Amino acid sequence: MSETMLQVRDVKTYYGSICALKGVSIDVNQGEIVTLIGSNGAGKSTLMMTICGSPRAREGSITFMGTDISRMPTHQIMRLGLAQSPEGRRVFPRMSVFENLQMGSEITDGTMFDQDLERIFEMFPRLKERRDQRAGTLSGGEQQMLAIGRALMMRPKLLMLDEPSLGLAPLIVKQIFDAIRELNKRDGLTVFLVEQNAFHALKLAHRAYVMVNGEIRMSGSGAELLANPDVRAAYLEGGGH
Amino acid sequence: MAIEPNSMTTAVLAPSKPPIDWSNSIKESAIAALVMLLIAIPIFAIKTDQAMNNVLSLETRWGLVATLCGLVFASRLFAHVVLWNRAPGAKPVQLIPDSVTAALGKISPVFGPLALGFAIIFPFVVYIEQGNGALKWVNNYGIQILIYVMLGWGLNIVVGLAGLLDLGYVAFYAIGAYTYALLSTSEPIQLWMAAHIGEGFWQAWAFWFCLPVAGVLAAFWGIILGFPVLRLRGDYLAIVTLAFGEIIYLVALNWVDFTGGGAGITSIPRVTFFGIPFTPGDDGFAARFGIDPSPVLRSIFLYFLILGLCLLTAFVTVRLRRLPVGRAWEALREDEIACRSLGINTTNTKLTAFAIGAMFGGFAGAFFSVRQGFVSPDSFKFLESATILAIVVLGGMGSLVGVVLASIAIVGGTELLRELDFLKQVFGDDFDPTQYRMLLVGLAMVLMMLWKPRGLISTREPSVFLKERKAVSGSLVKEGHG
Amino acid sequence: MRWLNDPVLTVEHLTMRFGGLTAVNDLSFQAGRGDITALIGPNGAGKTTVFNCITGFYKPTEGMLTLRQKSGPQFLLERMPDFQINWKAKVARTFQNIRLFQGMTLLENLMVAQHNGLMIASGFTFGGLVGLPSFRAKEKAALATAKDWLERVGLIDRADEPAGGLAYGEQRRLEIARAMCTGPELLCLDEPAAGLNPKESAELNALLRGIRKELGTSILLIEHDMSVVMEISDHVVVLDYGTKISDGTATEVKTDPRVVAAYLGVPDEEVEAVEMEVAR
Repeated sequence: MSETMLQVRDVKTYYGSICALKGVSIDVNQGEIVTLIGSNGAGKSTLMMTICGSPRAREGSITFMGTDISRMPTHQIMRLGLAQSPEGRRVFPRMSVFENLQMGSEITDGTMFDQDLERIFEMFPRLKERRDQRAGTLSGGEQQMLAIGRALMMRPKLLMLDEPSLGLAPLIVKQIFDAIRELNKRDGLTVFLVEQNAFHALKLAHRAYVMVNGEIRMSGSGAELLANPDVRAAYLEGGGH
Repeated sequence: MAIEPNSMTTAVLAPSKPPIDWSNSIKESAIAALVMLLIAIPIFAIKTDQAMNNVLSLETRWGLVATLCGLVFASRLFAHVVLWNRAPGAKPVQLIPDSVTAALGKISPVFGPLALGFAIIFPFVVYIEQGNGALKWVNNYGIQILIYVMLGWGLNIVVGLAGLLDLGYVAFYAIGAYTYALLSTSEPIQLWMAAHIGEGFWQAWAFWFCLPVAGVLAAFWGIILGFPVLRLRGDYLAIVTLAFGEIIYLVALNWVDFTGGGAGITSIPRVTFFGIPFTPGDDGFAARFGIDPSPVLRSIFLYFLILGLCLLTAFVTVRLRRLPVGRAWEALREDEIACRSLGINTTNTKLTAFAIGAMFGGFAGAFFSVRQGFVSPDSFKFLESATILAIVVLGGMGSLVGVVLASIAIVGGTELLRELDFLKQVFGDDFDPTQYRMLLVGLAMVLMMLWKPRGLISTREPSVFLKERKAVSGSLVKEGHG
Repeated sequence: MRWLNDPVLTVEHLTMRFGGLTAVNDLSFQAGRGDITALIGPNGAGKTTVFNCITGFYKPTEGMLTLRQKSGPQFLLERMPDFQINWKAKVARTFQNIRLFQGMTLLENLMVAQHNGLMIASGFTFGGLVGLPSFRAKEKAALATAKDWLERVGLIDRADEPAGGLAYGEQRRLEIARAMCTGPELLCLDEPAAGLNPKESAELNALLRGIRKELGTSILLIEHDMSVVMEISDHVVVLDYGTKISDGTATEVKTDPRVVAAYLGVPDEEVEAVEMEVAR
């Protein structure tokens, strides 16, 4: 594909003295959907959080659109055009759905707000119904929709989604994956996806990485990995224990 | 397959110190100094002075302001260049090297016995060493620190274990103190005792009867307070307990008929050695046991009395932690909703924490009034609650050893600052270190919390184990939400 | 149709309103004794609200929830405080966003679950303080139960580690073990397979089947992972907008056009083909 948007090189991240990422390198190119699969506790979410600067990588470099972001404060990283829908949703529970989405658009110039809002309500009609309800009173799946919607409201250049399908009904999962594909095709949005639902994710992704115990074990195109017996074994056996 | 990104070969970045960004650091530091200047102008720069003829004159102190701004600039620059300038994700700069922390961790199992041994020989050593001069050491340091250890351990049950933020703990201390003060000086009881048991009986034995009563009454008030407020959580609970502390203080101050008001209650009977008074006379402690009479004897006895009360508190706390009720307290701190889903009656569990914590506060209160021989509302102001809470937080929530260390640091440190007369040689005779006591203690606390944000001892000891007892990292332990 | 003949839980005309919002509307269903009953439906259909009503975290606006224990006694859950529902009526639950005691070890988590029994044995603490032998014996038994459950969920080697240090899938298993340590007649699981990979989901299926077979515990679960729902449930109840739209066996529900439209979506042949191949 075209130029590299996000470049992660030999990143090592520690929690105290525990090494969670043992030298991880990945690339996300402009216009790609890249997915990261692996078992629970392999370090997928840690990698995503490290890219966002919390926790910090103790070693290695992270470059986004040519800027080294490995030492940048998280809020500045986000202003460069990165958006994340984090693990555990993290919506603002006492703010309404609408206010949560407004918070997402805070760093944009606001000219496209109505249009963006319309697009998100189209994607998740459920959110439109609950527009003025406090986010904390939404069901788990609805909060997940809101977290994704809020990330999209940031008009990111790179969208990072941590397990977007978690806790969502099959129909919605399908809709979300369709929406990601659509955003990628139509707007050229680059997407970095961490998924437990590896089957869907690999089907959707242009390229994919497999993470085992804090290391990248394999990489290749989504279709290649889907066809690979090792990946199937790994994916079925939870990352090859 | 298994395509590794080919750029893997690019230089592996070692965790090197990035180059110092001087211009940015200087800019940042200058901004900080400017903020200091803005704050300093109204506060420090202009001072009114009264001349001999009662005319107010303005005095400017630009030198002081300049010094302050310079200090801020320098420390900020130091922080930029030294403390914050490190490789991304590198371990934070440590004020105390890892080896020392590790060594501290190793001695922690023997810390208890060692500290106890020291506590037992301490008064004898200073008595033999200093004779009557030991009074200061036993009284101001020993007893004073132990009172706060006990209060800290009592509050630790409520705040550290059950995770209920209590800002009015001093109320129970006051209830204990007034219980003893009022009962021991009560004329009807004295007369009744004199008529039925013997003259002087109440004078000699009042404390030993009132100690349990003080604990029970404090626990009772703990439950009374607990019932209406335990539905509240977090900040709201803190505010209500704060108010309760103030109510007790105001009642003590204003119900003059009952509590003596601001004048307090005087001539409270002194402690006796189980009926034998510490007086120089023939039936006194010294004469009966054939020791030279000394005022230190009473202090030493009081010291062992509070040490015993502390040990009781520690013993009960340690035992309770391993019983279902203690485990339920900690579970409550971790997640109240999960507790309810497991069939735990959270109201009762919170009430027991409140009551038991309050009971130890009551014991400590009774001890306080027998030691002082005088109680007045001034001893039970909010500052006391804040100090006790600070000890618990600084020590590390839930940690008994931490509370001891924090009490020594805060109470002992505060006392120690009275001793710093040599500072007069540095700052001139006008300098009175005691005036800066609270300022220095406050500053030390800020630094301590920056260094150890979860308190001195942040790890948690599991209450039960299968193979080995592994301490739980403080980062996983919740602080509770009230 | 065991759920009609011998229900462990009967929900009748359950309605829950929050202000103007009706989360559950006149819902009635029954869960059979010894059955695995699945409660499915689109996000926001009110499934977790039903759970919260059953386990006493919400007081239903209207309706009746009856729990019938094997030995005979009946409990009206809507009239009981939440902790009594676990202790007396023997209903245990897990949470959608895992609520473990993170700073406590695995073993401690399971000991807290046996709180009430231990509390009585400890003579409400007083006996425990002096170390009554009967309390010691009871504590030993509780430890054995905890150990047994740690073995069943494959976490025995990590018994002395803090629960917060476990990976997501392990935390889910521990939460189920903790709920089981309360000795429930009805186990309510809120999205037990969320965030699990296919292998872990399969392990979960085996665990739930084992619980049902060996202990006869009835299970009520909310789940979106169809591989779990379709494989292990005897009975599926489908909610949408707080009302029941379908009720029956897994196969019946799967083909119900209303369920397909509201929840499952149009079957994607391609997906199924590959899924079958992968699951081989």
